[in-house]
Amino acid sequence: MIPSIPQPRVLTAAYAAYVTLFFIFLALPLVVVAVFAFNDSQFPSLPWEGFTWNWFFGSERPMIGVFHERAILKAIGTSVFVAVVVSALSVCVGTTNAFLFNRYRFRGQGALYVLMLLPLVIPGIVLGISILVFSSRVANGVWDGFQIDLEILRPGLWLVVLGQFSFITTIATLVIGARLQKFDRSLEEAALNLGAGRLTAIRTITMPYLAPAMIGAFVVSFLMSFENFNTTLMLVGSDAPLTIAMFDRLKEGSTPLLNAVSLLLMVGSSCLALVMIAFQKRS
Amino acid sequence: MTPDLECTGLTKRFGQTTAVENVSFAVPPGSFFSILGPSGCGKTTIMRMIAGFLDPSEGDIRIKGRSVLDVPPNKRPVNMVFQHLALFPMMNIADNIGYGLRRAGLAKSEIDRKTGEALERIGLPGIGSRKVDELSGGQKQRVAIARCMVLEPDVLLLDEPLGALDLKLRERMKVELKALQAAFDTTFVYITHDQSEALVMSDNIAVMNQGRFEQMGTGRDLYYRPDTAFVAGFVGDTNRWRGRVEKEQGKSIQLRTESGMILRGATHGRALHAGDHADIFVRPEAIRIAHSKDELAHFDNLISGHVTSMLFNGAASRVLVCGAEEGDEIEVNLPQSGEFAALKKGAAVHIGWAGDQGNCFAAGAT
Amino acid sequence: MRNEAKLGLALLLTPLLLWLSLLIFIPHVDVFLVSLRERVGVGTYETSLANYLTFFNEPLYLWTFLRTAVMSVLATVITLLIAFPVSYYIAKMVKGRVQSALFLLCLVPFWVSELVRTFGWMILLRETGVFSSLLQFTGLSSGPVEMLYNDGAIMLGLVYTSMLFMVVPLVTTLESLPDEVVEAGYDLGGNGLSVLREIIVPHAMPGIVSGCIVVFMLSLGNYLTPTMLGGKESLWFTELIYSQFIVRFNWELGAAFGFMLLILSSAIVWGMLKLTGQSLEKTMG
Repeated sequence: MIPSIPQPRVLTAAYAAYVTLFFIFLALPLVVVAVFAFNDSQFPSLPWEGFTWNWFFGSERPMIGVFHERAILKAIGTSVFVAVVVSALSVCVGTTNAFLFNRYRFRGQGALYVLMLLPLVIPGIVLGISILVFSSRVANGVWDGFQIDLEILRPGLWLVVLGQFSFITTIATLVIGARLQKFDRSLEEAALNLGAGRLTAIRTITMPYLAPAMIGAFVVSFLMSFENFNTTLMLVGSDAPLTIAMFDRLKEGSTPLLNAVSLLLMVGSSCLALVMIAFQKRS
Repeated sequence: MTPDLECTGLTKRFGQTTAVENVSFAVPPGSFFSILGPSGCGKTTIMRMIAGFLDPSEGDIRIKGRSVLDVPPNKRPVNMVFQHLALFPMMNIADNIGYGLRRAGLAKSEIDRKTGEALERIGLPGIGSRKVDELSGGQKQRVAIARCMVLEPDVLLLDEPLGALDLKLRERMKVELKALQAAFDTTFVYITHDQSEALVMSDNIAVMNQGRFEQMGTGRDLYYRPDTAFVAGFVGDTNRWRGRVEKEQGKSIQLRTESGMILRGATHGRALHAGDHADIFVRPEAIRIAHSKDELAHFDNLISGHVTSMLFNGAASRVLVCGAEEGDEIEVNLPQSGEFAALKKGAAVHIGWAGDQGNCFAAGAT
Repeated sequence: MRNEAKLGLALLLTPLLLWLSLLIFIPHVDVFLVSLRERVGVGTYETSLANYLTFFNEPLYLWTFLRTAVMSVLATVITLLIAFPVSYYIAKMVKGRVQSALFLLCLVPFWVSELVRTFGWMILLRETGVFSSLLQFTGLSSGPVEMLYNDGAIMLGLVYTSMLFMVVPLVTTLESLPDEVVEAGYDLGGNGLSVLREIIVPHAMPGIVSGCIVVFMLSLGNYLTPTMLGGKESLWFTELIYSQFIVRFNWELGAAFGFMLLILSSAIVWGMLKLTGQSLEKTMG
């Protein structure tokens, strides 16, 4: 049915009610998480003990707020670092991939494109273990052969970066490739015609056109990296990113501190998403 | 005889705006009826009300004498050829044509037979297993019509189906549509903004503007005897001047344009009196062009001037002639008999036309 | 010019090939090789199928594997059934501002991490949680009700967590269906059901397939939701992989498990594509 097909009023009302219920379902867990961040209690559950900011700014036990909790702040720092590195790498490789698949025709291209998509259909945990297994083999090989300990290939931040990069690049490639697909090649030809060299034409015409997609891909990659759990879980070393740190705490039992962190995450990623939407609207 | 389709007092309001206002018409069985109007005039709204996708605010729609207002679109004995045809891309051609038959619950063998017949009828036998996007524009057109015609509807609605085609194909499809209508012997209701489509194909045409019917009649009526200034301006090409009535003599009047030209025209029964402002419309082909004044002596409009521009367009070539007063350019058909082959810009010419070729309307109405 | 093009091609191919070979292809081959190793002494290994035999001979492993597969399929189907009407509503029933607002509302929950979303459900469902308190408050229940740590909770979490990945492709494909085509379906005598079956669903097929693939993958490979909502007894296959690798340090068996998971997911994705006549490039690209 579409609005122009007459339908019984009851049916349309029931449909609207269903959609409303769906959105309540979507919002419910987030709303509870946010609300209990302000509960003046040791547990994020009813009864409501009164409103407090202590889970954000408190500095005395037992209510140490987010901004005084060193471990959480450090984990946020780690997550941001990983996310920035992963996004930067993914956008770079994603851009070269997009050009490769858009501008060149070569034998095996179709197969390569399918290969490029594969990381999307490999379970994250399998990606994690495969990189863990391979990197340890290389590290062990280097140790056996040259007595050099390649710290970088042991579980830790750099391995997490590699693991996340391995599938986020696919997403960056798709985002950037989709925009490059829409690019009117004759603009570049016009630039060549007006005396630009091939690289200059790409730098001055194509890249500015691609910029919104690259920024979009960066934001998406950042969020995906920040939120990633499965792949990270297998590769993490001593300094855990935020999701892992929170997971470890949650296993021990939850306090509204976790709600406060979650609320900050919601606000942060919403802002990021809004920035991205604004950027795409402008172009 | 009961008309196949009859609308009475049809009105559709969207909030404050009235898209269709008090429109009444009847389409006799087996005829080709067109609604002609500029985009946004409300013709699509009428079409969608007939098909059942919109409810009229007022008025009634009767098909073969029975009101269909309470009948949902999937039960109405009308079918529609959509503007972009709306062929189902997920089905092949045979399944597209058989879609409505399947809905009616016909046996498979029956569906196959009817589908085959329909394909034959539109001159495309054996393409049943092809995909929609493998067909050319004209073929898709015919399939869209066949898809409706297998259901033997009382009325077939066509919503500017030629709009998406290129010019050459459009010309051919006009003839083809008319032939298909004769072959199926079904009532067609056709809406378009293209006057030539309407003029070529229709038995009757309604010209629509701002939600109302301006005039209804045969193509000939609309062209030669427009009832309103809008129809005179919309159907066919025309010269148009505004002026003040100086004299009235029975059916004809004399009028002086703003730049001072004296023109004679006919009122065809409309009330125009000395001193009124009026618009006069004269078709380019109604004007004769001549090298000497004597040839035009029998016309009551006579102007001597010079050619300001030659608009070569094969058989439809025209010249722009400027009279004594600068600024009044008159578009005149150029006869292709060879007589004026040497005509050049700036050449002195004489033009003339009969007074009853000038249709006069009270000024103000569009 | 030809040389320049060749150089460009080589430069662009290098990162792609490095990425795909070093991070995707070789590591997976390596996992396969490790899974074929059997430890026979300290630091000595033999090639054998022992790890796979362990997998097939231990009912718990096999049961967990099948259970994970079936529940993931179920989660995918439920997600599709819930998401389809909503996506259709957003794509076809509303227009303009309302449409973009509703679509955006669908995306919002997924800008925050899965951990936060799951945490929200824990607060709602657990014994001391919001639902339990509400039930007691309204008198529908006399004592605390534990709604966490069962299969229903896992299913709820899986469906919730992957909803977006179903809604987005569905809305995109449904939006590309012209109103005219739906109207034509009715005009030619179809009713709601037949239009849905013959026109809307076939048109939305690429979106349905890509949504299903992603949701299935996310459910199958999920670790967080089953662990947190299902508790200790949740028996999710990823938990076995995790425990072999990180807790027991038995990489050989863990690698075999990982490889089995990969085979399962590839087989189901491939089957889904074949069944619907779609290709990976078309649905994901």
